[in-house]
Amino acid sequence: MKLDAKIPSGPLESKWTRYLSEIKLVNPANKRKYEIIVVGSGLGGAAAAATLGELGYHVKCFCYQDSPRRAHSIAAQGGINAAKNYQNDGDSVYRLFYDTIKGGDFRAREANVYRLAEVSAEIIDQCTAQGVPFAREYGGHLANRSFGGAQVSRTFYARGQTGQQLLLGAYSALCRQIQAGTVTMFPRTEMLDLVVVEGHAKGIVVRDMVTGEISSHSADAVVLATGGYSNVYDLSTNARGCNVTAAFRAYKRGAAFANPCYTQIHPTCIPVSGEYQSKLTLMSESLRNDGRVWVPKEKGDSRSPQEIPEEDRDYFLERKYPSYGNLAPRDISSRSAKEVCDEGRGVGPGGLGVYLDFSDAINRLGLDTIRERYGNLFEMYERITGEDAYHTPMRIYPALHYTMGGLWVDYNLMSNLPGLHVIGEANFSDHGANRLGASALMQGLADGYFILPYTIGAYLADCKGKRPPTDHPDFRAVEKEVEERTRKLLSINGKRSTQSIHRELGKLMWEKAGMARNADGLREAVSRIPGIREEFWQNVQVPGEGGEINQELEKAGRLADFLEFGELLCRDALDRNESCGGHFREEFQTKEGEALRNDEEYSYVSAWEFQGENQEPVLHKEPIVYDEVKMATRSYK
Amino acid sequence: MDLKLRVWRQKDRNSSGKLVEYDARDIDPEMSFLEMLDVVNERLIDSGDEPIAFDHDCREGICGACSATINGIPHGPHRATTVCQLHMRHFQDGDTLTIEPFRARAFPVIRDLMVDRTAFDRIVEAGGYISVGTGSAPEANTLPIPKDQAERAMDAASCIGCGACVAACKNASAMLFVAAKSSHLNTLPQGKPEKERRVLSMVAAMDEAGFGNCTNQYECSAVCPKSISEDFIGQLNREYFVASIKQQFTTK
Repeated sequence: MKLDAKIPSGPLESKWTRYLSEIKLVNPANKRKYEIIVVGSGLGGAAAAATLGELGYHVKCFCYQDSPRRAHSIAAQGGINAAKNYQNDGDSVYRLFYDTIKGGDFRAREANVYRLAEVSAEIIDQCTAQGVPFAREYGGHLANRSFGGAQVSRTFYARGQTGQQLLLGAYSALCRQIQAGTVTMFPRTEMLDLVVVEGHAKGIVVRDMVTGEISSHSADAVVLATGGYSNVYDLSTNARGCNVTAAFRAYKRGAAFANPCYTQIHPTCIPVSGEYQSKLTLMSESLRNDGRVWVPKEKGDSRSPQEIPEEDRDYFLERKYPSYGNLAPRDISSRSAKEVCDEGRGVGPGGLGVYLDFSDAINRLGLDTIRERYGNLFEMYERITGEDAYHTPMRIYPALHYTMGGLWVDYNLMSNLPGLHVIGEANFSDHGANRLGASALMQGLADGYFILPYTIGAYLADCKGKRPPTDHPDFRAVEKEVEERTRKLLSINGKRSTQSIHRELGKLMWEKAGMARNADGLREAVSRIPGIREEFWQNVQVPGEGGEINQELEKAGRLADFLEFGELLCRDALDRNESCGGHFREEFQTKEGEALRNDEEYSYVSAWEFQGENQEPVLHKEPIVYDEVKMATRSYK
Repeated sequence: MDLKLRVWRQKDRNSSGKLVEYDARDIDPEMSFLEMLDVVNERLIDSGDEPIAFDHDCREGICGACSATINGIPHGPHRATTVCQLHMRHFQDGDTLTIEPFRARAFPVIRDLMVDRTAFDRIVEAGGYISVGTGSAPEANTLPIPKDQAERAMDAASCIGCGACVAACKNASAMLFVAAKSSHLNTLPQGKPEKERRVLSMVAAMDEAGFGNCTNQYECSAVCPKSISEDFIGQLNREYFVASIKQQFTTK
C-alpha cells in the first residue's frame, strides 16, 4: 500500500490558495454527467451534498435517520471556532492553526490543519448568510466565547445549540438543492457495503430500512461523511444509531484506517446512574468558562457541597494548570477527574463524579447572566438528574465523545482507495491525537463547503472510467454478500439480545482501552474480543424478518462491525508505546502524571490495512513532518 | 416501580394496529422513558417476542427523532421535554401508561410507534431556506443585527422538527412548525428578500401534505419540547396575508 499525502509544495501559508488555482477543473457542462454519492447528512455530508449540487453535479445523499436534519452533528452544543479576531485579542489564522496542532499533541498533519484554520472565517460568513442565528452583542455584531485549549475568544455560538443551528443551515442548503433536482435524498437508508470496481470506489450497497430491500447505487465517486466510532464503547455521548459500519466496510474493501486509538473523552458529562443507561449526556464544555471544577480535599468527605468550606475544597484544575485553569484541554481535564476519583475523592453515587460549581460566577455576574448563557444546559441537567444547578453544583464525569481517528485521506480528502473520499469526523486528518472544543463543527463544514467540492474535481477530471451500471458483476457480488450476511444474522436465533453483547464489548473497551490504557490490558482485550464476537455469531437473538422495519437487525449489523473494529482499536493502542492526546498509556507518563510523548519513534500516522478475515492487519506508517512548527511538550501550566 | 403499559402495535403502514398490554416491573425511577422501553424490549426479545419499534437517536432532546404520545399527551406529561428526556421519576408506582404514535393523516404510522414525517422535509424544501450559494456570502459583521431580533429568530429556530405540535392538534395542523421555520428566516434581514415567496410556498406545501387548518387553540405550543410560542403563528398569518394580497395584484 502506498500512502501519498499529496501535500502541495511551497510555503505553508500559500499551499492551499496556490493549489486551489492549479487544481483541475471539471467543465461545467461535464459536471452534470457525473454522479456523486454522499453517505451521511451531518455537517460534512449535508454541506458537501448541497455544494456539489450547486456546482452542477448529480448527487445522491443517504442517511439512516428519517430526515437529514437529525444527523448527530445536531447535538453539538458549545460552538464553532473561527480565526476572525473580532475580539481584537490577538487571534490569527496562524494562532488557530498552532492551537489546533498543539491541542492535537503534535500528531496532526500540518498542511491540512493550516488549511482548516484558513477557511474557518469563510464558514462564519456562509452560515450567517444562510440565517444561522449566532449570538450577538447589543451593537448587532457577532459575539464570541472562550473554549478549552485557547487563550483567545474565537468561538461563535447559538445558545447551547450551535450544532443544531449550523446543521439546519446546511440542511436548508441541502433542501434547496433537493428542490432544484440536483440532489436526491434517501432517508432511512443505511449503507452496508462499498463496491470497488477495477480498484476504484464506484458505489455502495444499501438497505432500505422501511422495506428491507437491499439495492445498489453506482457513482463516479463516493464520499463518506459517516461520523465517528465512539459507540464501540456502547456508552458514549453519540446518538444511539452512530456506527462504524460504512467506514469499516470501506476498510475491509481496501481503505486504510488511521489512528483508531485516538479517542476523546469529554470531561463534562452527566455521570452514569445505572446498568440500564443507554447514553451519556454531555454538558457543553462552554460551562467551564464560568464553572469551577472541584472535589473535597479529603477522601470520603460525605458533607453536602454547600457544607464544605473553601479550605477543604481542591480546585484541582486551577491548582495543576494555573494558566489555563478550568479551561485546560479535554484530555487533560478528563484524566485529572479520573485521578481524583481513583484517589477516592469523587462525589455522588459510586464516587464517579466531580463538582462543576457556578456559585462564584453567579455572585460575580448575577443569576440572570448565567441563566442567559447556560439556561438550557441547566434545564437539561435538571431534567436528567432532578437537581437544580443554580443552587447546588453540577456533578460531572468524563465520557467517550469523539474519535480523532478515521479513514486515512490525502490532502484531497481522498483515501488510498481511488474515488473514495472521506470527510468530517469519519477521516483522521485534522485533530491529531486530541481535538479542541468547537473544532469538530469547524472541520465538518470546512470539508463539506470549502474543501471537498473542489478537491474531488482532481479525481473526477482524471477519472476516465465510466461509472459501471448496478448490474455489473462486482455490484451483484457485493449485494449477494450483504444479503447473505443479513440472512445469517436473522437465522442465529440464540439466547442473547444484541444490546447485552454490545454492553459486554463496551465494558471491556472502557476498562482496557478507555481513559487510560496499558499493554497488559490491551493484550487482554485483543485476546478477549474474538470470544465476544464468537458469542455474538453463535448466540445472538435477532427477532423479526429482513423485509420489514427491523431495528434489532440494524443494531446487530452495526455491532458485528464494532466487534471487529474494537480489536483494531486495541491493536493500534498497543502499537503506540507513548502517551499523546487522548491516547494515554500508563507506562508512559512523567513523574507528575502528564502524557509522555515519544517523537523519536512515534511521530507517524498509523494506517492499518485489512488482510482478510481473522488475519492480523498490516501497519503502514505515514511520517509526520513539521516544516513550520517545532514539536514541543504540550504544557498548559 | 411497577407499571402497566398499553402500547400501540402495528406491523406496517398497511396493517391495522391495536393496543397491547405489557407489564413493566422493577423499573428504576432514575431511568429515562426510552430506557424503560429498552428494558421492556430486552425482556420481549428474551422471551422470543418482537420488540416495540420506536424512533429515537440522540437521546438528549435535540435530534427530534423520538415521538410517542403518552396518555394522550405528545412527549408525555412533563412540559418542555422530549420523550427521550422524560424520566420515570415523574410517574407513580402502579400507573397505567397508554403509549401511542404521533397521530396525524400527514404522518402515517409505519410500525408500532414509528411514523413517517417526511412531509416536514417537503415543507422545508418548498422554501425553508435562504438562497445563498456556497462562497457568495459577504463578511459576517457587515450586517449588524439587533440583539433582540437575533434572539427572536433564535427562539423560532430552536424547533427540532419532532412533530409533537401536529400530534397535539385536533386538526393535525402543522402551523406551529411552519411558523417557526418561516419566522426564523423572515425575522432576519438575510431572509427578507424571499420572505413572501417563502410563506406562500411553505403554506402551499403544508396544505398539500394533508395537514389541517389552525383554529388557534395552541395545544401545539403547550406540548412543544422547545416551548416555541404561538406568537409565531400570528407572525406567519400576518406575513401570509400580506404576501397573498400582493400576489393578487402582481401580474404573472
